[in-house]
Amino acid sequence: MQDATAAATPRLSLRGIRKAYPSVVANDGIDLEVVPGEIHAVLGENGAGKSTLMKIIYGVATPDAGEIRWEGRPVEIANPHAARSLGIGMVFQHFSLFETLTVTENVALAIDGAKDLAALARRIEEVSQRYGLPLDPRRLVHSLSVGERQRVEIVRCLLQQPKLLIMDEPTSVLTPQAVLKLFETLRQLASEGCSILYISHKLDEIKALCTGATVLRGGKVTGNCDPRNETASSMARLMIGKDLPVCAHAEATAGGEPRLVVAGLSHKSDDPFGTDLEDVHLTVHSGEIVGIAGVSGNGQQELLFALSGEEPLAEPFPIRLLGAAVGRMHPGRRRKLGMGFVPEERLGRGAVPNMSLAENALLTAHRAGEMVRGGLVRADRTTAFARDCIEKFTVKCGGPEAEARSLSGGNLQKFIVGREILQAPQVLVVAQPTWGVDVGAAAFIRQALIDLRNRGTAILVISEELDELFEICDRLAVIAKGRLSPTKRTRETNVEEIGVWMSGLWPGAHTDDIGSSTLKAAHAAQA
Amino acid sequence: MRLKLEARPVPSPAMRYLSPLLAAALTVVVGFVVFSALGQNPLAAFRAFFIQPLSSTNGIAELLLKASPLMMIATGLAVGFRANVWNIGAEGQLIAGAIAGGGVALYAEGMGAGGLLAVMVVAGALGGMVWAAIPAFLRTRFNASEILTSLMLTYVAALLLSYLVHEPWRDPQGFNFPQSKMFDDALLFPILVETTRLNASFLVALAVVAAGWVFINKSFLGYQMRVAGLADAAARYAGFSAKRTIWIGMLAGGGAAGIAGLAEVAGPIGQLTPSISPGYGFAAIIVAFVGRLNPAGILLASLLMSLLYLGGEQAQIELRLPSAITGLFQGMLLFFLLGADVLINYRLRVVRPVHAAAATAAGKAA
Repeated sequence: MQDATAAATPRLSLRGIRKAYPSVVANDGIDLEVVPGEIHAVLGENGAGKSTLMKIIYGVATPDAGEIRWEGRPVEIANPHAARSLGIGMVFQHFSLFETLTVTENVALAIDGAKDLAALARRIEEVSQRYGLPLDPRRLVHSLSVGERQRVEIVRCLLQQPKLLIMDEPTSVLTPQAVLKLFETLRQLASEGCSILYISHKLDEIKALCTGATVLRGGKVTGNCDPRNETASSMARLMIGKDLPVCAHAEATAGGEPRLVVAGLSHKSDDPFGTDLEDVHLTVHSGEIVGIAGVSGNGQQELLFALSGEEPLAEPFPIRLLGAAVGRMHPGRRRKLGMGFVPEERLGRGAVPNMSLAENALLTAHRAGEMVRGGLVRADRTTAFARDCIEKFTVKCGGPEAEARSLSGGNLQKFIVGREILQAPQVLVVAQPTWGVDVGAAAFIRQALIDLRNRGTAILVISEELDELFEICDRLAVIAKGRLSPTKRTRETNVEEIGVWMSGLWPGAHTDDIGSSTLKAAHAAQA
Repeated sequence: MRLKLEARPVPSPAMRYLSPLLAAALTVVVGFVVFSALGQNPLAAFRAFFIQPLSSTNGIAELLLKASPLMMIATGLAVGFRANVWNIGAEGQLIAGAIAGGGVALYAEGMGAGGLLAVMVVAGALGGMVWAAIPAFLRTRFNASEILTSLMLTYVAALLLSYLVHEPWRDPQGFNFPQSKMFDDALLFPILVETTRLNASFLVALAVVAAGWVFINKSFLGYQMRVAGLADAAARYAGFSAKRTIWIGMLAGGGAAGIAGLAEVAGPIGQLTPSISPGYGFAAIIVAFVGRLNPAGILLASLLMSLLYLGGEQAQIELRLPSAITGLFQGMLLFFLLGADVLINYRLRVVRPVHAAAATAAGKAA
């Protein structure tokens, strides 16, 4: 497909790319080269500058300095349209699809001059079959699973016959089996001469898929390697500058009292495209960590809102906290009974961006910290609590008066987790504890959760990171389509089994009304 | 070379306080142009507008008298505005307060004055709160925008007052003028400074501002309202009731406006008339924002706004300018303030075209 000269010149080559934002230099002297047919990893922690670099390549951001060469000649990519006409396609981490339109309509919106929808639908079917991405062009996007939506995004790119495809953290929304399918598709594409830039922080995936890698740390390139010849830990050293930290823990001792009992929880979502919870059963005992795995958008949000009380239920009984039926209580009353809660969004939900850490301590710790007297706030108490939290959880910040939004994601997460833990909760519900957090802070937070468990707290962790759940949880369950699987001891299961469960196929599941495409995908994965 | 508006990494605390000053300065500059365009000597016009009102004891007293309702209402509104509760109908709540408090004065005639003024103040506050409770109820029950409902209720209140002074409460000895009887002297706020109209309602206003400052800055409820305004989801996460926020926000503004209305009729006016306020309820919205929704700032902003009222009157008398000049200055002040507020989160930068060379290179290659 490629003639000899084209194969010799890199498809894309970046030299000395620099991009500075008012508060941070996101990219500094970045060099990167991708040859035709190569699957090239861009590896780095959150905040290392990967996203900025991809935005520059896709024309969303303009570099302050440096040179971009496309197939050997210097170019300036002014906007995504220019990028697409060069032959660059990108699949974003967060999809940009209209939920009320069909697959075909969504694709048509992105392609210039697509007028004949029937012909376009046929092409979508063709391409999706050729690359093993089964897709029904007539379906409305809101009825698709997250994995299927990703397929729409990929097919949309493939229809424009890209020479370079950028994939931004594509596996965070997929089951382990679907990840393998995606890899096959990507390898097929590469074998046809398409170059692929694969952005990820997951080392085993990169090792399994990529043939070259550029490692970023703090906006600079810290190394180039061939992932096939590296170990996960050697790449981790390039990525974070030291060895991957591991958490120390022994399995929980059985026989704690049940503290959080969910029995027959069903809840219709207010959001027309939300997920309804159906007959969820779950018990979390004192002194154990229970994890809930699942592909995002399968009811995690709804379950969290129901547990925290941010969306109270119509009846009290489905949720019992230390024996009390709390289903109708608002979050404040549940906290009073001994519940702590760490939400997945830090800024704007777990913390008020424009308020100081001391004021953010007041947000949930006013009771435990005795911060209010006679209706007035005791500023000395809020400051003392914030200082204590900053010290015990090694939060890097300008002190208790620093605004929440001035902290990095990892440090703010440490503060929020610390704030909830310092209140000595009886039950702690944590969503995505280390999402977007750097490796060092992630290990610290996991260890803090394990220590809290050892002091007898019942902990529920809802996460999309399977590795994390396997690392810290004593028991695991899976949520799929608003239903929760039975729990299984972590030591008696493995990633493959949990992966199958993530498609909704656990023993005794009502498989009859699970979407047929999900079933097909799961069977294909098992086969 | 061109100017570029660039996001600041953190909002500038200095600009937060400089912005009202910048707005005031721009208002003066444009005022200069307007006076010139109207054929006035701008310097003389400025003297008449801004200096003359302050050159006598009586002028200062009038300044404080007019600032009183403004600071009171603005403080009450700030409590709600901080929590994103947009009570635009303080003018109507002011009228409702005047009706309720004035009604007490009319019906309690001859019952002896001891403590009756205090009852009137309470009645005024309750009247304003009842009027504010309607939008609060509609918002919490039916999710109706309080911006629209509170604004529209202003006209209902004005018509209600008009009806009362035309029919049931009209003074029989009033030569058929649409106005109530004059209140007993004992039911009026006592005068603070002899020979002026400045009365004890100024002290009430200062007390309201002080109470507002404590509530907003020091109380736990005030904190919850601020959280609701800054980050709705965080308030929900913490378990702060959104309905309570709306109720408190509306009632604070309504109560303050009600007292202000009562203070007008039981002060300088001394009776109920169809028109009891030169738009204090609306001007107070500007005062609240110029004062950065902070009672200390509101105190200063109310003095500035009061000066605009006095200057406007002076300009009518001395320079024969239309009365709309007051509204013009008020409008300019708010307009420039909102404009200058952009500089809190953004800064102006001069950028030189750096990509010119690269662009030509690319052009040649292509």
